[in-house]
Amino acid sequence: MRREPTEQEIRDQRMYVKFGLTDDEYARICTRLGRLPNYTETGVFSVMWSEHCSYKSSRKHLRRFPTQGTHVLQGPGENAGIIDIGDNLAVSFKMESHNHPTAVEPYQGAATGVGGIIRDVFTMGARPIALLNSLRFGTLDQARTRYLFSHAVEGIAFYGNCIGIPTVGGEVVFDARYAENPLVNAMCIGLMTHDQIATGHASGVGNPVLVVGAKTGRDGIHGATFASAQDPNEKERSAVQVGDPFMEKLLLEACLELIATGRVVGIQDMGAAGLTSSSAEMASRAGSGLTLDVSRVPCRETGMSPYEIMLSESQERMLVVMKEGESAIAEEIFAKWGLEATVIGRVTDDGSLRITEGERVAAELPIAALVDEAPVLDRPAVRPAYLDQLNVAPVRLSTQGDLTGDLLALVAEPTIASKEWVYRQYDTMVRTETLVRPGADAAVIGIPDSQKAIATSADGNGKYVYLNPRQGGAMAVAEAARNIVCTGARPLAVTDCLNYGNPEKPEIFYQFRESIDGMSEACEKLGTPVISGNVSFYNETGGQDIYPTPIIGMVGLLEQAERLVTSAFKRGEGAVYLLAPKGQAIRDGLGGSAYLAMKRPDEALSYQLPAFDLDAEKAVQDACLALAEAGVLAAAHDISDGGLAVALAESCVQGSVGLAVAVTIAPDDEQEVLLFGESPSRILVQVRAGQEKRLKELASSFLVSFLPLGAVAETDRFHITLNEKTAIDAEVSALRDAWRGAIASWMN
Amino acid sequence: MNCAVLQFPGSNCDQDAVKAVAGTLSLKADLVWHETADLNAYDLIIVPGGFSYGDYLRAGAIARFSKAMQATVAAAERGAYVLGICNGFQILTEAGLLPGALRRNDHRQFRCDMVELEVVNGATDFTRAYEKARVTIPIAHGEGNYYVDDEMLKRLEENQQIVFRYASEQSPNGSVANIAGVINERGNVLGMMPHPERAVSERLGSTDGISLFRSILTSWRDGHAS
Amino acid sequence: MNFIASIRVTLKESVLDPQGSAVVHALHSLSFTSVSDVRIGKYMEVSFHADDEQTARAQVSRMCDQLLTNPVIETYSFTLAEVRE
Repeated sequence: MRREPTEQEIRDQRMYVKFGLTDDEYARICTRLGRLPNYTETGVFSVMWSEHCSYKSSRKHLRRFPTQGTHVLQGPGENAGIIDIGDNLAVSFKMESHNHPTAVEPYQGAATGVGGIIRDVFTMGARPIALLNSLRFGTLDQARTRYLFSHAVEGIAFYGNCIGIPTVGGEVVFDARYAENPLVNAMCIGLMTHDQIATGHASGVGNPVLVVGAKTGRDGIHGATFASAQDPNEKERSAVQVGDPFMEKLLLEACLELIATGRVVGIQDMGAAGLTSSSAEMASRAGSGLTLDVSRVPCRETGMSPYEIMLSESQERMLVVMKEGESAIAEEIFAKWGLEATVIGRVTDDGSLRITEGERVAAELPIAALVDEAPVLDRPAVRPAYLDQLNVAPVRLSTQGDLTGDLLALVAEPTIASKEWVYRQYDTMVRTETLVRPGADAAVIGIPDSQKAIATSADGNGKYVYLNPRQGGAMAVAEAARNIVCTGARPLAVTDCLNYGNPEKPEIFYQFRESIDGMSEACEKLGTPVISGNVSFYNETGGQDIYPTPIIGMVGLLEQAERLVTSAFKRGEGAVYLLAPKGQAIRDGLGGSAYLAMKRPDEALSYQLPAFDLDAEKAVQDACLALAEAGVLAAAHDISDGGLAVALAESCVQGSVGLAVAVTIAPDDEQEVLLFGESPSRILVQVRAGQEKRLKELASSFLVSFLPLGAVAETDRFHITLNEKTAIDAEVSALRDAWRGAIASWMN
Repeated sequence: MNCAVLQFPGSNCDQDAVKAVAGTLSLKADLVWHETADLNAYDLIIVPGGFSYGDYLRAGAIARFSKAMQATVAAAERGAYVLGICNGFQILTEAGLLPGALRRNDHRQFRCDMVELEVVNGATDFTRAYEKARVTIPIAHGEGNYYVDDEMLKRLEENQQIVFRYASEQSPNGSVANIAGVINERGNVLGMMPHPERAVSERLGSTDGISLFRSILTSWRDGHAS
Repeated sequence: MNFIASIRVTLKESVLDPQGSAVVHALHSLSFTSVSDVRIGKYMEVSFHADDEQTARAQVSRMCDQLLTNPVIETYSFTLAEVRE
């Protein structure tokens, strides 16, 4: 076996730098220990103090998120958050990034991202019932992008389909900014009763600690450090893990069966930094200590050193603390599922993580030093110069516009086009509770044996955040919530996945800090606390950072599933209205819009965003929710990328109906901004037949405007008249073909 | 009618099948673990969808050697009804209860969609309650590309063993003759790639799976009345 | 005696191989235009014990017929090597 470097060699040759530790950090460790750390200890410190595990750059700022609420049963700090949905039921959910592994090996990188987030949820005692994902790639004209995109989607499909959890929603955005740094953010939602809640606490001196699930191999060693590596070109392929959804399905069933026995003290997923972080975090939460004998860990490979066993990121493993004398229960249940459960140590009360290999002590470290005393950085933030160079956005781009042609082109932009090519690869229906499948504003999942359903969406717009970090952050939360209320559900809580560039650049850190403030303000206003989340920095290649891309995963509740509203316009129902803030200037310009990016790509980042007001947003959402709950809505659809015209087209295509819209308030030179501008806080609604009067009565009690747009028609005609002149005249079937076929035409 | 739903490591539509039997027939189906060797008590055995044993090697290849599958073969021989859905269909072909094999979809992708099916043989014990020739039932599979050689195809057609075909000209997976479901010669074992258990209520978008479950119950009652 | 059987499983020639067809297409687009066919299969190594080579061969054939291949669509070939401690 290869000889490990000695303590002195690690110091003298500054080997700790290769582990990702700075000179300062290493000196702090030596002072804290009162001695030099050995090889294993240096490895343990390096992963625990990595950005990925310690959140050292972000921790200070994440504290500003609102995390409280009467319905919050578990806030941030556990494997996943939990909210109460009434009737003794609760849902647990979390979103997590797997960006860097996906950039290196898209199929396995994306697949293991899904596997990891599922484990986070069932560790809490919840049965996973739905998956979502938010994806970012470069543009589809690049062969490399098509490779990353198709393999990442296939990997997500492989894992979710095999394990039998429906993938019900999400989003995909294509932009050159993500070409080298694709984003894969996976979200999982689980359902449980209140008494099933489990947590990651290693308490009770003498209680046995077990490793359960898959065997440990050499895969993914230093994955946590690697995720935070500055230069993605240095990423090593050897660190990529391979996922086994079949194993995870067995692990899921075995863990839920075990938790149901009530004999589990604590349970935690072995994710990033494997046994090291799971053991340290479990002991830290309980204020206890642990002694672990790595020679007892079942290994897949021979000759693994304590260092390798502690840092392995082999998938589909859990760390479990049982009540004393009851480890046999775990062994029995896991044997039924063909899995191993092996006692590897005990809980102690000395506050230290003691790792032995048989009798030999391989490492002995204070848990407080690993977790609580991990560095917290106060990174400098500087307002980027570009923000002060943005101009007031134009309201028109062309003099002799072919607006019909523009709409047909816009619906075929891959970011706007139907994502059917993606989601038809996902099993969206297994568990037979998917009431609204992908392709809608939000997915809706029924709660078995109950009237209730939950609505969920994942949203983010990196370009908006880039153009205005604070407002863009707030808009991401607002859009997620708007998508939820469009189904008639009440938004409850948020999980966030915060994807940014290199935090060591003060301009990037400014984007991070400001957008957190924006998100916090919106979460506060909309009453949706943050219950879990994840930060991914260093999404940077060759000096080019991604757009600051916070993704908001939101869950809302429909008390009556039968009251759900969908985005498709329906035949035989009433007129279509634009629900918007009272007095909103819809002529606020084309800044940040997909239309601008399509027509003038060079100017896509040159203009300010349309104004956004949280009070106005709240009023629109409250109005939509009240109308949905009163049962007067036949359809509701959020207006987002592509603006009003695209939203109208989507609702027509989804409902296979035509439309005749006539608006007379726009001055002629503002037609483009009316049709394609992306002013926030707007919802299209179709009223139920005969309910117009009630709609107007109800709407009048909110500070919102109701602009009548037109009527659904039993034709194939999509017709928009502005100031009594035809602005857009297209066949619905032509819009449908352009919208549905766009991504497939790139991929085939 | 006593109904069993087999459960292999990796099954994931087992609960859906139990729910569908309860919802359509008001019967409580038993979940039967793969190590069970005795299925004598059951009149209907459902081999559900999923990825039994991870579908490693080939879909269904390992499950066929389980005790429960050997008991299912015996049950089929004594005349019990056997319904294989998706992975269950793959297992039934591997076990030799049904002819043919299921290959990877010709487009190489997993495909989940609502599809229209033609009820080719509405006179079987599994389809007699169907009143229409076209039904909508979802599919969700990566290996549903049905294969038989020409000779066997001729036999299937002559014996009216083709029960369901994909109605669209282009099948969603490349199956020979657009075949979506076949029955054995004796008429008591049906395998199909589409998921009837996912088409049992309006809220799921289709109710066209209900007639399949009702057909089985009616057929069983007729058999027991005589 | 200890053996390692190296087993190759491919789809029968009469059965369409969509993966193989896709790779042909990809190779052509990389200007390997001379490629006329690609068949993708599985490769397995089975380590086992048998009294002699003849028994070993018979065992591998039975493994292939019963589990490792589906004779409806697949065919196989294998080579056998003795492993000395």
